[in-house]
Amino acid sequence: MSRPAPILAAFRQAFGEAWAGGAGALLPLGFLGGAAVLVPLGIGSDGDTLRAVGPGIIWVALALSSLVTLERIFQADTEDGTLDLWLQADAPVSAIAAAKTLAHWLAAGLPLALFSPLLALMFQAEASGELILFAGYYALGSLAFFFWGGVGAALSATVRRGGLLISLIALPLFVPTAIFGALAMSAGPGSTGAPLLLAASTLFACAVAPYAMAAALRLAAD
Amino acid sequence: MHSGACALTNPAPPLLSASGLGMIRGERVLFRDVSLTLGAGEALLLRGPNGAGKTTLLRILAGLTRPEAGAVSRGAAMHWFAHREGLKPVETPRTHLALWASAWGSGADCEMILTRMGLARPADVPARHLSAGQRRRTALARLLLEDRPVWLLDEPYTALDAEGRKLVDDLIAEHRAKGGALIAAIHGEAGFAPSAEVSL
Repeated sequence: MSRPAPILAAFRQAFGEAWAGGAGALLPLGFLGGAAVLVPLGIGSDGDTLRAVGPGIIWVALALSSLVTLERIFQADTEDGTLDLWLQADAPVSAIAAAKTLAHWLAAGLPLALFSPLLALMFQAEASGELILFAGYYALGSLAFFFWGGVGAALSATVRRGGLLISLIALPLFVPTAIFGALAMSAGPGSTGAPLLLAASTLFACAVAPYAMAAALRLAAD
Repeated sequence: MHSGACALTNPAPPLLSASGLGMIRGERVLFRDVSLTLGAGEALLLRGPNGAGKTTLLRILAGLTRPEAGAVSRGAAMHWFAHREGLKPVETPRTHLALWASAWGSGADCEMILTRMGLARPADVPARHLSAGQRRRTALARLLLEDRPVWLLDEPYTALDAEGRKLVDDLIAEHRAKGGALIAAIHGEAGFAPSAEVSL
Protein backbone atom coordinates (compact mmCIF):
# COMPACT_ATOMS: atom_id res chain seq x y z
CA MET A 1 0.00 0.00 0.00
CA SER A 2 1.34 3.40 -0.77
CA ARG A 3 0.24 6.92 -0.01
CA PRO A 4 1.15 10.19 -1.68
CA ALA A 5 2.46 11.61 1.61
CA PRO A 6 6.03 10.19 1.38
CA ILE A 7 6.30 11.37 -2.22
CA LEU A 8 5.24 14.90 -1.29
CA ALA A 9 7.65 14.87 1.65
CA ALA A 10 10.51 13.77 -0.63
CA PHE A 11 9.62 16.59 -3.00
CA ARG A 12 9.61 19.17 -0.21
CA GLN A 13 12.90 17.96 1.21
CA ALA A 14 14.61 18.03 -2.18
CA PHE A 15 13.21 21.46 -3.02
CA GLY A 16 14.41 22.87 0.28
CA GLU A 17 17.80 21.26 -0.21
CA ALA A 18 18.10 22.64 -3.74
CA TRP A 19 17.60 26.18 -2.51
CA ALA A 20 19.65 25.91 0.64
CA GLY A 21 22.51 23.72 -0.53
CA GLY A 22 23.81 25.32 -3.69
CA ALA A 23 22.18 28.75 -3.73
CA GLY A 24 19.32 27.19 -5.68
CA ALA A 25 18.72 28.56 -9.13
CA LEU A 26 21.45 31.17 -8.82
CA LEU A 27 24.34 28.75 -9.35
CA PRO A 28 23.14 27.22 -12.63
CA LEU A 29 21.89 30.64 -13.77
CA GLY A 30 25.33 32.07 -13.15
CA PHE A 31 26.83 29.13 -14.99
CA LEU A 32 24.55 29.62 -17.98
CA GLY A 33 25.10 33.37 -17.99
CA GLY A 34 28.85 33.00 -17.74
CA ALA A 35 28.97 30.49 -20.57
CA ALA A 36 26.84 32.76 -22.73
CA VAL A 37 29.02 35.78 -22.08
CA LEU A 38 32.17 33.91 -23.04
CA VAL A 39 30.90 32.84 -26.45
CA PRO A 40 30.82 36.27 -28.16
CA LEU A 41 34.31 36.89 -26.76
CA GLY A 42 35.47 33.69 -28.39
CA ILE A 43 33.82 33.87 -31.80
CA GLY A 44 33.53 37.60 -32.28
CA SER A 45 30.59 39.96 -32.17
CA ASP A 46 29.32 39.41 -35.69
CA GLY A 47 25.51 39.48 -35.40
CA ASP A 48 24.75 36.81 -38.02
CA THR A 49 27.19 34.31 -36.52
CA LEU A 50 25.89 34.88 -33.00
CA ARG A 51 22.28 34.52 -34.12
CA ALA A 52 23.14 31.21 -35.80
CA VAL A 53 24.97 29.64 -32.86
CA GLY A 54 22.92 31.16 -30.03
CA PRO A 55 20.24 28.45 -29.65
CA GLY A 56 22.85 25.71 -29.80
CA ILE A 57 24.94 27.35 -27.10
CA ILE A 58 21.89 27.67 -24.86
CA TRP A 59 21.09 23.96 -25.30
CA VAL A 60 24.65 23.02 -24.39
CA ALA A 61 24.62 25.32 -21.37
CA LEU A 62 21.27 23.86 -20.22
CA ALA A 63 22.63 20.34 -20.52
CA LEU A 64 25.80 21.18 -18.61
CA SER A 65 24.07 23.11 -15.88
CA SER A 66 21.66 20.23 -15.27
CA LEU A 67 24.70 18.03 -14.71
CA VAL A 68 26.22 20.57 -12.32
CA THR A 69 22.99 20.59 -10.30
CA LEU A 70 22.49 16.86 -10.23
CA GLU A 71 25.97 15.91 -9.16
CA ARG A 72 25.08 15.50 -5.52
CA ILE A 73 21.34 14.85 -5.31
CA PHE A 74 21.59 11.12 -4.60
CA GLN A 75 25.19 11.06 -3.43
CA ALA A 76 24.31 13.25 -0.45
CA ASP A 77 21.38 10.95 0.36
CA THR A 78 23.68 7.95 0.42
CA GLU A 79 26.21 9.68 2.63
CA ASP A 80 23.83 11.08 5.24
CA GLY A 81 21.66 7.96 5.44
CA THR A 82 18.52 9.58 4.06
CA LEU A 83 18.48 7.09 1.20
CA ASP A 84 17.94 4.19 3.64
CA LEU A 85 14.91 5.97 5.06
CA TRP A 86 13.42 6.72 1.65
CA LEU A 87 13.94 3.13 0.52
CA GLN A 88 11.89 2.02 3.53
CA ALA A 89 9.16 4.59 2.99
CA ASP A 90 5.65 3.52 2.12
CA ALA A 91 5.91 4.56 -1.53
CA PRO A 92 7.55 3.24 -4.71
CA VAL A 93 11.21 4.25 -4.91
CA SER A 94 10.65 5.32 -8.51
CA ALA A 95 8.03 7.85 -7.38
CA ILE A 96 10.35 9.19 -4.68
CA ALA A 97 13.19 9.54 -7.20
CA ALA A 98 10.91 11.24 -9.71
CA ALA A 99 9.66 13.67 -7.04
CA LYS A 100 13.22 14.58 -6.09
CA THR A 101 14.23 15.09 -9.72
CA LEU A 102 11.20 17.23 -10.39
CA ALA A 103 11.99 19.35 -7.34
CA HIS A 104 15.51 19.98 -8.59
CA TRP A 105 14.23 20.79 -12.07
CA LEU A 106 11.79 23.33 -10.62
CA ALA A 107 14.55 24.89 -8.54
CA ALA A 108 17.28 24.95 -11.17
CA GLY A 109 16.07 23.83 -14.62
CA LEU A 110 12.89 25.82 -15.09
CA PRO A 111 14.42 29.16 -14.03
CA LEU A 112 17.14 28.60 -16.63
CA ALA A 113 14.57 28.03 -19.36
CA LEU A 114 12.66 31.11 -18.28
CA PHE A 115 15.85 33.12 -18.53
CA SER A 116 16.65 31.91 -22.03
CA PRO A 117 14.91 34.79 -23.92
CA LEU A 118 17.28 37.20 -22.21
CA LEU A 119 20.27 35.13 -23.28
CA ALA A 120 18.89 34.88 -26.81
CA LEU A 121 18.85 38.68 -26.89
CA MET A 122 22.51 38.63 -25.91
CA PHE A 123 23.08 36.50 -29.01
CA GLN A 124 21.49 39.22 -31.12
CA ALA A 125 18.19 37.40 -31.64
CA GLU A 126 15.33 39.68 -32.59
CA ALA A 127 12.94 40.35 -29.76
CA SER A 128 9.71 38.57 -30.69
CA GLY A 129 7.10 36.17 -29.38
CA GLU A 130 9.21 33.39 -30.82
CA LEU A 131 11.60 33.72 -27.90
CA ILE A 132 8.79 32.89 -25.45
CA LEU A 133 7.92 29.80 -27.48
CA PHE A 134 11.58 28.82 -27.47
CA ALA A 135 11.65 29.20 -23.69
CA GLY A 136 8.90 26.57 -23.63
CA TYR A 137 11.05 24.26 -25.75
CA TYR A 138 13.99 24.82 -23.43
CA ALA A 139 11.78 24.02 -20.44
CA LEU A 140 10.59 20.77 -22.04
CA GLY A 141 14.09 19.77 -23.07
CA SER A 142 15.66 20.58 -19.74
CA LEU A 143 13.07 18.38 -18.00
CA ALA A 144 14.34 15.45 -20.06
CA PHE A 145 17.92 16.47 -19.24
CA PHE A 146 17.16 16.38 -15.53
CA PHE A 147 15.51 12.98 -15.65
CA TRP A 148 18.38 11.42 -17.63
CA GLY A 149 20.88 13.23 -15.44
CA GLY A 150 19.07 11.77 -12.43
CA VAL A 151 19.78 8.27 -13.79
CA GLY A 152 23.46 9.14 -14.00
CA ALA A 153 23.36 10.63 -10.51
CA ALA A 154 21.68 7.52 -9.08
CA LEU A 155 24.17 5.21 -10.78
CA SER A 156 27.12 7.17 -9.40
CA ALA A 157 25.55 7.73 -5.96
CA THR A 158 28.25 5.72 -4.20
CA VAL A 159 31.12 7.08 -6.27
CA ARG A 160 33.14 9.84 -4.69
CA ARG A 161 33.66 12.60 -7.25
CA GLY A 162 31.00 11.06 -9.43
CA GLY A 163 30.40 14.24 -11.41
CA LEU A 164 32.39 13.12 -14.42
CA LEU A 165 30.72 9.73 -14.37
CA ILE A 166 27.29 11.36 -14.43
CA SER A 167 28.30 13.29 -17.55
CA LEU A 168 29.54 10.13 -19.26
CA ILE A 169 26.32 8.28 -18.51
CA ALA A 170 23.85 11.08 -19.12
CA LEU A 171 25.25 13.03 -22.08
CA PRO A 172 24.50 10.31 -24.68
CA LEU A 173 20.94 10.17 -23.35
CA PHE A 174 20.61 13.92 -23.92
CA VAL A 175 21.18 13.51 -27.68
CA PRO A 176 17.61 12.87 -28.93
CA THR A 177 16.25 15.77 -26.89
CA ALA A 178 18.96 18.12 -28.13
CA ILE A 179 18.36 17.11 -31.76
CA PHE A 180 14.58 17.50 -31.63
CA GLY A 181 14.94 20.72 -29.67
CA ALA A 182 17.25 22.24 -32.27
CA LEU A 183 14.96 20.99 -35.08
CA ALA A 184 11.93 22.54 -33.42
CA MET A 185 13.68 25.90 -33.27
CA SER A 186 14.99 25.94 -36.79
CA ALA A 187 11.53 24.92 -38.02
CA GLY A 188 10.10 28.09 -36.48
CA PRO A 189 6.79 28.82 -34.79
CA GLY A 190 4.30 27.30 -37.27
CA SER A 191 5.63 23.73 -37.25
CA THR A 192 4.29 20.89 -35.14
CA GLY A 193 6.38 17.87 -36.09
CA ALA A 194 9.65 18.62 -34.33
CA PRO A 195 8.06 20.14 -31.20
CA LEU A 196 5.91 17.02 -30.82
CA LEU A 197 8.99 14.83 -31.13
CA LEU A 198 10.71 16.99 -28.52
CA ALA A 199 7.72 16.53 -26.21
CA ALA A 200 7.73 12.80 -26.92
CA SER A 201 11.40 12.49 -26.01
CA THR A 202 10.72 14.31 -22.74
CA LEU A 203 7.74 12.08 -21.97
CA PHE A 204 9.86 9.04 -22.68
CA ALA A 205 12.48 10.30 -20.22
CA CYS A 206 9.86 10.98 -17.54
CA ALA A 207 8.36 7.51 -18.03
CA VAL A 208 11.53 5.44 -18.12
CA ALA A 209 14.09 7.29 -16.00
CA PRO A 210 12.31 6.90 -12.61
CA TYR A 211 12.49 3.10 -12.86
CA ALA A 212 16.14 3.22 -13.82
CA MET A 213 16.82 5.57 -10.89
CA ALA A 214 14.95 3.27 -8.50
CA ALA A 215 16.96 0.23 -9.60
CA ALA A 216 20.23 2.16 -9.32
CA LEU A 217 19.35 3.48 -5.85
CA ARG A 218 18.49 0.02 -4.54
CA LEU A 219 21.87 -1.11 -5.83
CA ALA A 220 23.57 1.84 -4.15
CA ALA A 221 22.07 0.87 -0.78
CA ASP A 222 22.90 -2.83 -1.19
CA MET B 1 -5.51 -20.26 12.98
CA HIS B 2 -8.74 -22.10 12.18
CA SER B 3 -9.89 -22.67 15.72
CA GLY B 4 -9.25 -21.40 19.19
CA ALA B 5 -7.41 -24.55 20.18
CA CYS B 6 -5.09 -24.15 17.23
CA ALA B 7 -4.36 -20.55 18.18
CA LEU B 8 -3.39 -21.74 21.65
CA THR B 9 -0.86 -24.24 20.40
CA ASN B 10 0.28 -21.92 17.61
CA PRO B 11 1.27 -18.63 19.21
CA ALA B 12 1.20 -15.40 17.22
CA PRO B 13 3.58 -15.44 14.25
CA PRO B 14 6.95 -13.80 14.99
CA LEU B 15 7.38 -10.10 14.25
CA LEU B 16 10.52 -10.91 12.32
CA SER B 17 12.25 -14.12 11.45
CA ALA B 18 15.23 -15.07 9.36
CA SER B 19 16.64 -18.43 8.42
CA GLY B 20 19.92 -19.54 6.96
CA LEU B 21 21.21 -16.04 6.25
CA GLY B 22 24.62 -15.91 4.65
CA MET B 23 26.60 -13.03 3.26
CA ILE B 24 29.75 -12.67 1.20
CA ARG B 25 31.70 -9.42 1.00
CA GLY B 26 34.43 -9.40 -1.59
CA GLU B 27 35.91 -12.89 -1.41
CA ARG B 28 35.25 -13.38 2.29
CA VAL B 29 32.34 -15.16 3.88
CA LEU B 30 31.05 -12.59 6.35
CA PHE B 31 28.69 -14.95 8.14
CA ARG B 32 26.72 -18.04 7.27
CA ASP B 33 23.65 -19.86 8.45
CA VAL B 34 22.37 -17.17 10.78
CA SER B 35 18.80 -17.79 11.90
CA LEU B 36 16.74 -15.82 14.35
CA THR B 37 13.18 -15.11 15.36
CA LEU B 38 11.84 -12.11 17.16
CA GLY B 39 8.61 -12.19 19.13
CA ALA B 40 6.67 -9.50 20.96
CA GLY B 41 8.56 -7.91 23.85
CA GLU B 42 11.87 -9.54 22.94
CA ALA B 43 15.23 -7.85 22.65
CA LEU B 44 17.90 -9.55 20.59
CA LEU B 45 21.50 -8.53 21.05
CA LEU B 46 23.95 -8.82 18.14
CA ARG B 47 27.49 -9.46 19.29
CA GLY B 48 30.70 -9.69 17.33
CA PRO B 49 34.01 -7.95 16.78
CA ASN B 50 34.39 -5.03 14.36
CA GLY B 51 33.90 -6.20 10.81
CA ALA B 52 31.96 -9.31 11.80
CA GLY B 53 28.97 -8.17 9.78
CA LYS B 54 26.59 -6.85 12.44
CA THR B 55 25.60 -3.79 10.40
CA THR B 56 25.27 -5.90 7.25
CA LEU B 57 23.00 -8.36 9.08
CA LEU B 58 20.83 -5.49 10.31
CA ARG B 59 20.65 -4.07 6.78
CA ILE B 60 19.57 -7.46 5.49
CA LEU B 61 16.87 -7.69 8.16
CA ALA B 62 15.72 -4.18 7.22
CA GLY B 63 15.46 -5.19 3.57
CA LEU B 64 18.14 -2.75 2.44
CA THR B 65 20.72 -5.37 1.46
CA ARG B 66 20.02 -8.64 -0.25
CA PRO B 67 21.53 -11.71 1.44
CA GLU B 68 23.58 -14.21 -0.57
CA ALA B 69 21.65 -17.03 1.08
CA GLY B 70 18.62 -17.44 3.29
CA ALA B 71 15.41 -15.52 3.65
CA VAL B 72 13.84 -12.94 5.94
CA SER B 73 10.16 -12.83 6.73
CA ARG B 74 8.84 -9.58 8.11
CA GLY B 75 5.58 -9.63 9.98
CA ALA B 76 5.54 -6.04 11.20
CA ALA B 77 6.63 -2.50 10.40
CA MET B 78 10.17 -1.53 11.39
CA HIS B 79 12.15 1.45 12.53
CA TRP B 80 15.72 1.79 11.30
CA PHE B 81 18.35 3.56 13.37
CA ALA B 82 21.92 3.40 12.11
CA HIS B 83 25.28 5.16 12.01
CA ARG B 84 24.16 7.53 9.31
CA GLU B 85 21.44 9.49 11.00
CA GLY B 86 19.45 10.45 7.91
CA LEU B 87 19.78 14.12 8.76
CA LYS B 88 20.33 16.73 6.05
CA PRO B 89 22.88 19.42 6.99
CA VAL B 90 20.27 22.14 6.55
CA GLU B 91 17.58 20.40 8.59
CA THR B 92 16.92 21.32 12.19
CA PRO B 93 15.61 18.75 14.69
CA ARG B 94 12.20 20.39 14.41
CA THR B 95 12.00 20.40 10.59
CA HIS B 96 13.45 16.88 10.49
CA LEU B 97 10.72 15.51 12.72
CA ALA B 98 8.04 17.48 10.88
CA LEU B 99 9.24 16.08 7.54
CA TRP B 100 9.16 12.46 8.63
CA ALA B 101 5.90 12.93 10.52
CA SER B 102 4.35 14.07 7.27
CA ALA B 103 6.05 11.34 5.23
CA TRP B 104 4.78 8.64 7.60
CA GLY B 105 1.39 10.23 8.16
CA SER B 106 2.09 10.45 11.89
CA GLY B 107 0.01 12.63 14.15
CA ALA B 108 2.55 12.55 17.00
CA ASP B 109 3.23 15.68 19.01
CA CYS B 110 6.67 16.72 17.74
CA GLU B 111 7.17 19.34 20.47
CA MET B 112 6.67 16.73 23.16
CA ILE B 113 9.11 14.38 21.46
CA LEU B 114 11.72 17.14 21.17
CA THR B 115 11.41 17.90 24.87
CA ARG B 116 11.55 14.23 25.77
CA MET B 117 14.76 13.77 23.75
CA GLY B 118 16.39 16.81 25.33
CA LEU B 119 16.31 18.68 22.04
CA ALA B 120 14.09 21.58 23.06
CA ARG B 121 17.02 23.99 23.18
CA PRO B 122 18.75 23.10 19.87
CA ALA B 123 15.40 22.46 18.14
CA ASP B 124 16.03 25.18 15.55
CA VAL B 125 19.76 24.67 15.00
CA PRO B 126 20.71 23.27 11.56
CA ALA B 127 22.16 19.76 11.78
CA ARG B 128 25.57 20.89 10.54
CA HIS B 129 25.96 22.87 13.78
CA LEU B 130 24.66 20.13 16.06
CA SER B 131 26.98 17.95 18.14
CA ALA B 132 27.25 14.26 17.29
CA GLY B 133 25.15 13.38 20.33
CA GLN B 134 22.44 15.87 19.38
CA ARG B 135 22.31 14.42 15.89
CA ARG B 136 21.92 10.92 17.35
CA ARG B 137 19.14 12.15 19.61
CA THR B 138 17.36 13.69 16.64
CA ALA B 139 17.52 10.40 14.77
CA LEU B 140 16.33 8.53 17.88
CA ALA B 141 13.40 10.92 18.10
CA ARG B 142 12.11 9.43 14.84
CA LEU B 143 11.41 6.19 16.72
CA LEU B 144 8.73 8.04 18.69
CA LEU B 145 6.98 9.48 15.64
CA GLU B 146 5.22 6.28 14.81
CA ASP B 147 4.51 3.09 16.72
CA ARG B 148 6.30 0.33 14.87
CA PRO B 149 6.64 -3.08 16.50
CA VAL B 150 10.23 -3.77 15.42
CA TRP B 151 13.24 -1.53 16.05
CA LEU B 152 16.55 -2.25 14.35
CA LEU B 153 19.26 -0.38 16.24
CA ASP B 154 22.88 -0.21 15.14
CA GLU B 155 25.03 0.94 18.05
CA PRO B 156 22.29 2.99 19.71
CA TYR B 157 24.62 4.32 22.44
CA THR B 158 27.26 5.81 20.15
CA ALA B 159 28.11 9.46 20.89
CA LEU B 160 25.49 9.72 23.65
CA ASP B 161 26.22 11.04 27.15
CA ALA B 162 25.13 9.22 30.31
CA GLU B 163 21.76 10.91 30.26
CA GLY B 164 21.32 10.00 26.59
CA ARG B 165 22.13 6.34 27.28
CA LYS B 166 19.57 6.34 30.06
CA LEU B 167 17.08 7.81 27.61
CA VAL B 168 17.74 4.98 25.14
CA ASP B 169 17.24 2.40 27.90
CA ASP B 170 13.97 4.06 28.93
CA LEU B 171 12.71 4.13 25.34
CA ILE B 172 13.59 0.47 24.90
CA ALA B 173 11.88 -0.51 28.17
CA GLU B 174 8.69 1.36 27.19
CA HIS B 175 8.79 -0.13 23.70
CA ARG B 176 9.06 -3.68 25.07
CA ALA B 177 6.34 -3.08 27.65
CA LYS B 178 4.02 -2.13 24.79
CA GLY B 179 4.77 -5.44 23.06
CA GLY B 180 7.44 -4.05 20.76
CA ALA B 181 10.64 -5.89 19.98
CA LEU B 182 14.12 -4.91 18.91
CA ILE B 183 17.39 -6.14 17.55
CA ALA B 184 20.42 -4.12 18.58
CA ALA B 185 24.09 -4.36 17.72
CA ILE B 186 25.94 -3.20 20.80
CA HIS B 187 29.55 -3.30 21.93
CA GLY B 188 30.03 -3.40 25.65
CA GLU B 189 27.31 -3.28 28.24
CA ALA B 190 23.64 -3.09 27.25
CA GLY B 191 21.43 -1.17 29.63
CA PHE B 192 18.57 -3.60 29.25
CA ALA B 193 18.09 -7.32 29.71
CA PRO B 194 18.31 -9.02 26.31
CA SER B 195 16.12 -12.03 25.72
CA ALA B 196 18.77 -13.65 23.54
CA GLU B 197 22.13 -13.01 21.95
CA VAL B 198 23.33 -13.72 18.44
CA SER B 199 27.09 -13.97 17.98
CA LEU B 200 28.65 -13.38 14.59
